Amino acid sequence: MTDARHERAPGDRPSREMHASAPSELLVYTIGLFVAVLLTATSFWAANTTLLWPGGVLLGLAVLAIAQMGIHLVFFLHITSGPESTNNVLALAFGVLIVFVVIAGTMWIVADMSTNMMMPSGAPMSMQH
Amino acid sequence: MNIAVAIDQIPQDELPSASEAGPAPKRIVVAYGFWIFLLSDIIMFAAFFASYAVLVRSTAGGPTGAQLFNQTTVAIETVCLLVSSYTCGLMSLAINSRRYLRTYLGALITFALGAAFLSLEIREFSSMIAIGAAPQRSAFLSAFFTLVGCHGLHVALGLIWLIVMMVQVAVFGFAARVQHRLLCFSLFWHALDIVWVGVFTVVYLMGVSS
Repeated sequence: MTDARHERAPGDRPSREMHASAPSELLVYTIGLFVAVLLTATSFWAANTTLLWPGGVLLGLAVLAIAQMGIHLVFFLHITSGPESTNNVLALAFGVLIVFVVIAGTMWIVADMSTNMMMPSGAPMSMQH
Repeated sequence: MNIAVAIDQIPQDELPSASEAGPAPKRIVVAYGFWIFLLSDIIMFAAFFASYAVLVRSTAGGPTGAQLFNQTTVAIETVCLLVSSYTCGLMSLAINSRRYLRTYLGALITFALGAAFLSLEIREFSSMIAIGAAPQRSAFLSAFFTLVGCHGLHVALGLIWLIVMMVQVAVFGFAARVQHRLLCFSLFWHALDIVWVGVFTVVYLMGVSS
């Protein structure tokens, strides 16, 4: 079995030869669908309910979305922490880093700029040309 | 567990170095390259998400998200895309076990659900444009149509790709190169679902609840 000597292709499941105890692939996809539906339903419920403190809803929605993305990666794309998946995980980690820098950096810089652009009413507009 | 101890417990002959094993099979090279492309695609979506998050309050006196978005439509779209991701997974299982009927059936359901998603989205867009909430109305709507429209464009391209792949399966059978392309397609389709999780959370749910 030459495949076992290499990294696994992203999206490929672990080979049954290497992991005799691996669950059936159909079961993996079905568990993934079940958990994803559960998380989606929770997201829609949290966005519409009045039971929760409104300030915490946005944070909760973000956490649910990140959790669901993780579920999709593990159960649908078969990204694992095993040694045969190292290249895929490293590429993913770099992508996540860039995504974080782009989104958080943009929001930080633009929020900072819009704070600086607000002139107190009545103050001399000395900064404007 | 201590990592050093864990590494010591792995028998050395089970983990040959890459140079010992020779070049990786083509399936791994192709899928890894496509994985890199998908990550760069997701970074492009991150830029659209960032611009949407910055512009979401800039409605220029026009309609806000809470006035425009219909959560029932979004819920149906989400279910369509999620189940199509699942049937796409079932299709790749059928491909790996070389079953034609199950492959065609999985592709058919995946295509139908993807097309249902796309038609709902197009209907939503056209009803928004009909009431004057077009992309040129405000910066918020420009960012909205760019982000959600770009995802919809990806879904449309995925549907065309799926048709092309089924024609290739019919003509060439499960040849190795066809299997590589089908693996790339399933990666693409699952990645689109991950992007949609971000879209429905950031755009629709956060837009309605805040």
